[in-house]
Amino acid sequence: MGRRILITGIDTFWGGRMAQALESDPDVEMILGLGTHAPKVPFERTEFVRADSKYSILSRLVQATEVDTIVHTFLQTNSLGVSAQQLHEINVIGTLNLLAAASRERSSVRQVVVKSSTHIYGASATDPNWFAEDAKRTTPQATRLERSLLEVEDLVYDFMQDRPDLIVTMLRCANVLGTDIVTPIATNLRRGMLPVVAGFDPLIQFVEEDDVVRALEYVTHHQIPGVFNLAGAGKVPWSEIASICGVRMLPLPPLRPRTFAWPLVKTGRLAFPPEMEGILRFGRGVDTRRLIQHGFTYRYSSAGAVESFSRANNLRRALGRQDPEYRYDQDLEQFFRHSPAVQRFEDDSDQPSN
Amino acid sequence: MTDGPLASGPDGPAGVHRPDNSQSDGNSVPDAGPDFRLSDVDEWGRSERMRSVVRRLYDPLYRYWFRVEWEGLENLPTSGGALLVANHAGAVPPDATAIMHGIEQMLSRPVYGLADYFFRKIPVVGTLWSRSGGVPAHPDNAYRILHDQQQLALVFPEGTKGTSKSYQDRYRLRRFGRGGFVEIAMRAGVPIIPIAVVGAEESMPMLFRMGRLSGALGLPYFPVTVNTVLLGPLGLVTYLPAKFKLRVLPPIVFDVPPDEDRYPRSWVMDEAERIRGLLQDNLHDMLRARRSVWFG
Repeated sequence: MGRRILITGIDTFWGGRMAQALESDPDVEMILGLGTHAPKVPFERTEFVRADSKYSILSRLVQATEVDTIVHTFLQTNSLGVSAQQLHEINVIGTLNLLAAASRERSSVRQVVVKSSTHIYGASATDPNWFAEDAKRTTPQATRLERSLLEVEDLVYDFMQDRPDLIVTMLRCANVLGTDIVTPIATNLRRGMLPVVAGFDPLIQFVEEDDVVRALEYVTHHQIPGVFNLAGAGKVPWSEIASICGVRMLPLPPLRPRTFAWPLVKTGRLAFPPEMEGILRFGRGVDTRRLIQHGFTYRYSSAGAVESFSRANNLRRALGRQDPEYRYDQDLEQFFRHSPAVQRFEDDSDQPSN
Repeated sequence: MTDGPLASGPDGPAGVHRPDNSQSDGNSVPDAGPDFRLSDVDEWGRSERMRSVVRRLYDPLYRYWFRVEWEGLENLPTSGGALLVANHAGAVPPDATAIMHGIEQMLSRPVYGLADYFFRKIPVVGTLWSRSGGVPAHPDNAYRILHDQQQLALVFPEGTKGTSKSYQDRYRLRRFGRGGFVEIAMRAGVPIIPIAVVGAEESMPMLFRMGRLSGALGLPYFPVTVNTVLLGPLGLVTYLPAKFKLRVLPPIVFDVPPDEDRYPRSWVMDEAERIRGLLQDNLHDMLRARRSVWFG
């Protein structure tokens, strides 16, 4: 019997990409995508279920569909355009409900994969240049986003303790860049202006979006338990990112740079969330050897991720706005998946087997 | 010029993580080839280009101002990791640059200078410091340099206690921290190489410290030195031409298994105290032989 996988945040970048990646895996029997909005990318066999951001229906859903794996990609890992309330609901309450559903008695769930972020380590002067997975952050003060992600981590750690019989995997992703993903850094690079805290040139680690999806798939497929950092090899100085991508640097005074950036942030010309400030001063590095020891190979280094972004950006600039427009249509999807009029392969999971 | 094997990090050669066409899984990515980099800044923030600029600027000072003289050079390893431990002096200490410069020129291998986090917080200074080979003195950083990368790291166990002492306390070694440097060397399985430095004390003699001011400015200490009395603010970056003499002592190898989480406190403290005593004795020995502060 194949794997039955539930993916959260199917309407977000990661959920969509992960579902698409799993669709080509013959070992995966069924993919269920949970999202607050309609999916933005087309799927072949992923089933979409609409939910609220707190995932209150999750428990019933897990029971009814007997999924054996939950891939939790729906964590907000940057604080742009989300209120404190939303951040808490999505990250903390969402994870809480998810873990509750997974740990219900006689639950069919065997593995839970959580996509977290290296933001939990913070960024300060007293940091080591590389955080190993077991390292603690060196300053207690955390931004709103970091606090909410730390709460999520605590929930996951508790869950690991309570349910040692389950495979719990947590991936902490460094800053992601790539061809499609929208992050505060990518947004700034696309707009051609990178904020800089004057006098600082921190070293940054990046992980390419494809490597993130491949890593999620890898730990799911091989059922690897544990906590893992995810980042490309090497580090790139902030100034070099600007030169590679050919964008201007916007120097901000070292004292209260966010206050000075405020007018630009307010008018939407600059993305500068609070969690970025520490990184712009001290950078952040994580030790990635643990997942590599488990056999995962990266395709991109940190510099490679920047270049991948830069190439995609050049193409975007050359062609203008050309996002492939896909609109989810409930009736159409239902028709293609379930109508007897549609010719399907023999081994299609929708076909009655007896 | 030092062209140390910096390219290969602890994760093996940097090429390991490059896009690999051989394991294409359908949605193939165009091979990015070797990393596209515009600078030579390594993963510690060190830039060999920057280092060579610093070396070119600093060399006249090293040769003709401090007239640095070394003895016991045969004790420096040409390969493998080692922790260099030296006494620390001068209000704005000149010893780190002298040691790093000398060893990099003579051995053609990089020396990473471990220093207080404090540098990292200062705009421009922190960046320049990092580009020219400075690394925050975190145990994990030291372990990675010494054990994983088998490089040389330089540390001053006295820390700011050494540089902030007044001139009347010159060449009296302060407490060697909590022996953390011994523990790191034990864990990394590398020898400690003590280096006794004579001359740094007199190059910028500390008269007194302004405690209130340093507190207000967030500095570890605010020095009033002979140099600043003579030259004003310029005295913070101008040294007196004291003759520098450095003595490299034979490596101290610890007979303990590496990679332990903890080592008995007593061993660590005993070793730290032994190394401190060794340096102190050698300093006295060198001072006995010294006829002039300026001419050696």
